[in-house]
Amino acid sequence: MLRFILNRLILIIPTFIGITLVAFLFIRLLPGDPVILMAGERGVSPERHAELMAQFGFDQPLWKQYVDYVRGLLHGDFGYSFSTKKPVLGEFMARFPATLELALCAIVLASVLGVAAGILSAIRRGGWIDQLTMGVALIGYSMPIFWWALLLIILFSTTLGWTPVSGRISLTQFFPDVTGFMLIDSLLSGKPGAFWSAVQHLILPTIVLATIPLAVIARQTRSAMLEVLGEIYIMTAKSKGLAPRRVVWLHALRNALIPVVTTIGLQVSVLMGGAILTETIFSWPGVGKWMIDSISRRDYQVVQGGLLLIAVMVMIVNLTVDLLYGLINPRVRHR
Amino acid sequence: MSATDDPRLGTAEQEPLGPPPVAPWLENWRYFTTNRGAVLGLIVLGLMVLTAIFAPLIAPHDPTMQYRDALLVPPAWTADGRSQFLLGTDALGRDILSRLIYGARYSLAIGLVVVTLALISGILVGLLAGYFGGWVDALIMRVMDIILAFPSLLLALVLVAIIGPGLFNAMLAIAVVLQPHFARLTRGAVMAEKSREYVTSAKVAGAGHLRLMLVTILPNCLGPLIVQATLSFSNAILDAAALGFLGMGAQPPTPEWGTMLAEAREFITSAWWVVTMPGIAILVTVLAINLIGDGLRDTLDPKLKRS
Repeated sequence: MLRFILNRLILIIPTFIGITLVAFLFIRLLPGDPVILMAGERGVSPERHAELMAQFGFDQPLWKQYVDYVRGLLHGDFGYSFSTKKPVLGEFMARFPATLELALCAIVLASVLGVAAGILSAIRRGGWIDQLTMGVALIGYSMPIFWWALLLIILFSTTLGWTPVSGRISLTQFFPDVTGFMLIDSLLSGKPGAFWSAVQHLILPTIVLATIPLAVIARQTRSAMLEVLGEIYIMTAKSKGLAPRRVVWLHALRNALIPVVTTIGLQVSVLMGGAILTETIFSWPGVGKWMIDSISRRDYQVVQGGLLLIAVMVMIVNLTVDLLYGLINPRVRHR
Repeated sequence: MSATDDPRLGTAEQEPLGPPPVAPWLENWRYFTTNRGAVLGLIVLGLMVLTAIFAPLIAPHDPTMQYRDALLVPPAWTADGRSQFLLGTDALGRDILSRLIYGARYSLAIGLVVVTLALISGILVGLLAGYFGGWVDALIMRVMDIILAFPSLLLALVLVAIIGPGLFNAMLAIAVVLQPHFARLTRGAVMAEKSREYVTSAKVAGAGHLRLMLVTILPNCLGPLIVQATLSFSNAILDAAALGFLGMGAQPPTPEWGTMLAEAREFITSAWWVVTMPGIAILVTVLAINLIGDGLRDTLDPKLKRS
């Protein structure tokens, strides 16, 4: 097992270096040099230009710039936001809990409903429940979620008035920021209505973000269950006279869930992509909206830092899933 | 002795051994058409392609024509609707139906171009990695890992930020993001095939690297690639629409569906039809392609067949 873990850790090093390289090259590949980009439309005098180029090290050879960049990263220096003048890492950390809260809610919703729907479909194979569930799953899988979000807003926010249109919490609610998670902080504050307000704000973005992972997980669970249900040991269990319920829930599900765990893990990347759209539409103050705003503001230091941090996060989650997979499935370890 | 007398060849009088064999593609086609969803998807996509090709003949109005006396007219079946604007008009008085019809051209072209780019580059890279192995393989696959480490929409956004917003640049960016899937599939299939006997025999017969890769091995890896191409087609349409929606894809006044949605966003409280219609067009198209993809997967994956 230790060897398996070490193996995976070593494999990740080139990917990590590659990610830093992509982030590093991003700013250098932009048309125009970095100082002109930062100066924007105001322009900059030639002397000041040379001075700034030297100050940021852009006059150095490319390899040295890269080494300096990585050295900075290792010391937690992810650059400074051009618009707020604050460190990118701090800005990221300030917004990350909002994204994490939304993503966690979405992945929990998608996993619970998706696995349940997949199992139901598999044991009722070919019946109307199966056809309906898989039909809905295919629609969810094909859904342009930015449009889906707008539809939900039209129905639940503007027509029925059940949920707010944007943000994380009602503007009339004030309570201290303890964990960064609105659901927990609002409960800790003990203020009446605070928790309910947080839940109301979370419902629609969670549904939107969960839609595609939910569909993928349901489809994957169904096919994994069907595959396992066709195995000989399931037939043996059935012919032994075990209750069908026991066969499905104990014998089949445990093995069917192994590929499903991987699928759920792979959804993290999908979630981060979806978060960009979802947060933009619901004005959710998370990392995704921050990235879009920074791209349109041409705050490229932020884009560079955000790109790197998001990729590293996805990489760590994928590694964890990989290791978990090795833990629950010994066959992988010894390959 | 004439050839027909040869007992080894058999005669017409002999008992036939079951139905005559059919060509593999015909068998696949027959299997594919037993899947009702896939056939439905194929019909819808076919209609979509015809709509795109004959857009100037079908569309009742010019897609960029602004009818100043008809701003935000609701669909024809509502009380305030007008019969000349079947699905209503947008904030600039343009006929939504005509824009959707022309938009089909963009979406299908996006899918086609992106998949072609991603497929060709992915196959080439995957063939090189799988066929040569060693450091070529290690280098190529690490680069693919790096591309896959980024959420695809984010990477596409950043690429567009570098090369500038616009429809063609968006297509390029999406192709780059989708390409590793093809490379991985091809590499895996090539590695499985290259130690087979037919490859060895071709090698012994003197086939060069290029011939071995493209003529001997590649045709036997096509099944999963076709399925992946179908899925990528729908992904490309969704991603391009998302980029258009975020203002980084096709630019107004292009009647691209995602761009139309971006322009419609501010009217969600006042004019539901401006928001609803382009989304339905995207959903129906992507759904049709995914239905075809599911059908193809069932047809081309021998493990699932007849199960």
